[in-house]
Amino acid sequence: MTATTTAPAPLLEVGGIDVFYGRVQALRGVTLTVSSGEIVALIGSNGAGKTTTLRTISGLMHPTGGRIVFDGRDITNTKAHEIVRFGICQSPEGRRLFPRMIVLDNLMMGTYARRDLSHVDRDVARVYELFPRLKEREKQLAGTLSGGEQQMLAIGRALMAHPKLLMLDEPSLGLAPILVETIFRVCVEINQQGTPILLVEQNATKALEIAHRAYVLETGNVVQHGTGKELLASPDVQRAYLGM
Amino acid sequence: MSAISQFWRTGPRRDPNTIAYIVLIVVGALAPIFLQLFLGGTATFWLTVFADMGVYILLAIGLNVVVGFAGLLDLGYAAFFAIGAYTYAFLASEHGIVTPLHEAFHVPFWIVLLVAMFVAASFGLILGAPTLRLRGDYLAIVTLGFGEIVPRVFKNASVWTSGANGVSALDIPALPVWIQGPWSGDPFAIVQDFKILAPLAYYVIMFVLLILCVILVRNLHSSRLGRAWMAVREDEVAAAAMGVNTVATKLYAFAIGAAFSGFAGTYYAAKLSLVSPENFGFSVSITILVMVVLGGMGNIAGVIIGSTVIYSVIFIFLPQLPDYATSFVQSVGLSGLTQSSGDYPGIGEFISRLKFLVFGLILVVVMLLRPQGLLPSRQREQELQKGVHEDTTIVDVTAETA
Repeated sequence: MTATTTAPAPLLEVGGIDVFYGRVQALRGVTLTVSSGEIVALIGSNGAGKTTTLRTISGLMHPTGGRIVFDGRDITNTKAHEIVRFGICQSPEGRRLFPRMIVLDNLMMGTYARRDLSHVDRDVARVYELFPRLKEREKQLAGTLSGGEQQMLAIGRALMAHPKLLMLDEPSLGLAPILVETIFRVCVEINQQGTPILLVEQNATKALEIAHRAYVLETGNVVQHGTGKELLASPDVQRAYLGM
Repeated sequence: MSAISQFWRTGPRRDPNTIAYIVLIVVGALAPIFLQLFLGGTATFWLTVFADMGVYILLAIGLNVVVGFAGLLDLGYAAFFAIGAYTYAFLASEHGIVTPLHEAFHVPFWIVLLVAMFVAASFGLILGAPTLRLRGDYLAIVTLGFGEIVPRVFKNASVWTSGANGVSALDIPALPVWIQGPWSGDPFAIVQDFKILAPLAYYVIMFVLLILCVILVRNLHSSRLGRAWMAVREDEVAAAAMGVNTVATKLYAFAIGAAFSGFAGTYYAAKLSLVSPENFGFSVSITILVMVVLGGMGNIAGVIIGSTVIYSVIFIFLPQLPDYATSFVQSVGLSGLTQSSGDYPGIGEFISRLKFLVFGLILVVVMLLRPQGLLPSRQREQELQKGVHEDTTIVDVTAETA
């Protein structure tokens, strides 16, 4: 295992997980780690298994082999709703908001798993500070938001859970370039405020620019692993994912 | 804490129908007095009708938990109604003698109300458990099956249920004599322990039962569980990702929804003093569903109004329609139409055959004019005005496979 050398006990340790959809194997011994303070990117083409990896970490799917340890606790077969309580929250692929609830309602759903509700005001204010657009749309149904606003809401909702690890699945998908900039800028900001991020992206350039470390997935295997800068400079990655 | 408590009270999930509730309570409380004043002798008849209407309101409130709050389409809700009714039949009649138990039970009505609630809730869990993996149309079909099976079991397990004859001569509920009031008949009768209920007493009981259930359901709706139901209804995967235990949440919806029909079933059986498998068919399930949808899914006041309207149409307006038609043609001087001739059976019979066509037309017209229901929940109203499309955010989970 080529675990990170920077942190002795990573926050999240995914050790050689195998995941199947029926009889189709989606992940083949995927191993990755996320340490506190990091942004880790997971890049790869369509169908490489990026989303499956996130879904498995968050407990929506369970691996047939390997194990997942989070914060010193084995969560390999833990159910999704319990994993949220342990501190992993994700903004799922396709955003998956509650379309017929207003923006504020969606944010409040993010606090569902929290035991300590003492700073909810402050947390809502923080999300509005990161995404001022959401404040304007506070009383609007989530389903009526634009794509970019929905993505902001999905990230904001995940933040409301006070996650120890934030997982973002394709936050830039289908967004205008200027909004992509905003989303990535906020990701860095969230990270600087102390929340580690595991980021799945097809927009490899952007993801590698902000990531401390990154993994490249290909047909369910981790084929490359390094710092964001290393991978940006790697000829293989450039050819396959950066269109150079 | 302040944001939570403040927001969840003032937010959009708050029932905005204070006026509707006040009107319903005032009308409900004053109805007996007005009926007595204006109708005199026939007042009792109408009190009985309204008490029966209450049964359907109760059922609609319960189904609204399952369909309106949690978004689980249940086409077999009458099954729980049947289970509630048969619970009373077993626990409060001589019927036990003819079953293999050879022992009759006479549990008081008030206790059976609670027992039936738990029995129906347990069957809610039994139905819920195997259907948890199903959604939408598939779930609807399974509940439909359950709704067909239950009355059939009561019909065919004749050793226990007397089959198609049903169970009759159920105990008449009685009030302890020390609870005095206009319903207690002879206020000087202190020798007996119990007083048998009068139509007004049935009405009052139903009224109180309804108020209790509405308070209960409203609190549930604004509770943490209510939020979880809403989240599951909107998007199950997202709900799970927020930490909602979707399995438990859906089971609660089935169990709590069923519990209300346990109440309704017990009351219905006690009032009618008879249960028969014929009373709990598919059409009952559909009628209740129509009440919920037409009244305004998810909104308790709307559901109450919907069930009042539908009940009045089916059980009061439609049966009298032939009479209305007959007196109408007579008043416009076309008495000839009331005579039958050849294939034409006379206006009364003719209209009587068209009753359900009229009912269907009423439903179609109402849903075209008010697709959100008579008194919709605020969400549904906004959604129809602003056009939220489900597919803007809901993406097929299985689409991305590696």
